[in-house]
Amino acid sequence: MNDCCSTIQFTVNGEKCTVQTPPMKRLLDVLREDLHLTGAKEGCGEGECGSCSVRMNGELVNSCLVPVLQAEGATIQTVEGLALDGNLNPLQQAFLNCGGAQCGICTPGMLMAAAQLLSINPHPTIGEIREGLAGNLCRCTGFMRIFESVLAAATESHAASTEQVADAR
Amino acid sequence: MRGNPAEHEMIAPGNLPAVLELLAAAPGEWTPIAGGTELMVAHAAGRLGPQKLVSLWGIPELRFIESSAHTLSIGAAATFRDLRAHAGIATQLPLLAKAATWIGSIANQSRATVGGNLVNGSPAADSSPALLVYDAEIELVSVRGSRRIRYSQFHTGYKRNAMTADELLFAVHLPLRFAQHRQYLRKVGTRRAMAVAKVALAATALVEEGVIGEIRVAAASLAPFPARMYQTESALLGRSVGPSVIEPAREALLAEAQPIDDIRSTAEYRKRVAANLLEEFLIELRTEVAPN
Repeated sequence: MNDCCSTIQFTVNGEKCTVQTPPMKRLLDVLREDLHLTGAKEGCGEGECGSCSVRMNGELVNSCLVPVLQAEGATIQTVEGLALDGNLNPLQQAFLNCGGAQCGICTPGMLMAAAQLLSINPHPTIGEIREGLAGNLCRCTGFMRIFESVLAAATESHAASTEQVADAR
Repeated sequence: MRGNPAEHEMIAPGNLPAVLELLAAAPGEWTPIAGGTELMVAHAAGRLGPQKLVSLWGIPELRFIESSAHTLSIGAAATFRDLRAHAGIATQLPLLAKAATWIGSIANQSRATVGGNLVNGSPAADSSPALLVYDAEIELVSVRGSRRIRYSQFHTGYKRNAMTADELLFAVHLPLRFAQHRQYLRKVGTRRAMAVAKVALAATALVEEGVIGEIRVAAASLAPFPARMYQTESALLGRSVGPSVIEPAREALLAEAQPIDDIRSTAEYRKRVAANLLEEFLIELRTEVAPN
């Protein structure tokens, strides 16, 4: 039944995309194979590890569990969309500074889960960070450096916004 | 072996009447898929079979939470994130709000739906014990109309339920009359996040002058489906909440529970922990002073 393809349109990292694909193809595979955005990784393939995390319509999702037909018309952000104009996002910089990334497999998902958390809770407690990243597994860092990275990014963005307020005055 | 997406027909009609027409025209041929947190896992593992899929994601008639003076209604496609964000659920149905935080991770809660949790019918379903002790009703719809059944009669066996092949779960209706009840819910799993329950126990009880005047106890993973523990309730109804009630209640629960050994736990462990959870609830009833 290779003829059962659908035409699906959505926006990824600000760019409109059109793909011809079986509607049940996983969003993860469409991102990686059709759009060559290989940041999102497949870890478990069953929604347990979070390495395929992306943001869809402002919510964090496991892209391995989203049939692409359900992404029709959606606005999607992947890890490739975090940096702006070649400058690392504060979260990415904090992961670098704090040793939040080691082998790198979990990192794109960790970054997206952290970005989602900070978008709704810009100054999370360590407990809130633990909950926000609870669906993302890391087998290198022991998690502490990742939590510290998110905390640092939140503090950094707080400092930056305070500076902006001070400058404006 | 991994499932092949090209083998599945999938459509997204985008509205409820069109979905019901499809289910009526070919009963059993189309499998509804909402957030995919169950079916996409089966698909990845090559366990999905040859079904055609009809998407319920993005159908506005199915994704709502509405409350009136006496009832709160949750559309089948409301996600657990929707439940967590709803102030009325947090204040009036706190056990359900708590259960919503147990569903996998944030990414799972963005997609997993109440209807999916119930129709999937896992004996360990996180939202079920709370819905059972809140006396939920289930509304089913088809082209023939709609009907309501008590949630306690929805599950009829392991992964079996009272729906016919042309029906869709439309909503869960919760009576808002438990504010004066003492409420309890606890899940025991391997870790706090992303863990399927080894066992979970929920209870609501109306205690007046130290006597249990109304009680509901429900459990996950003590039976082939999430179930009320009626014999345990009978052992407690009309009893004083003093220490003497604990042993007979434990015995009733142990006699009634039918857990199994599986990859997550053993029947023996599940029974012991369930009895301990019940005891914890009964001790809370005794020691905590109900607020006026």
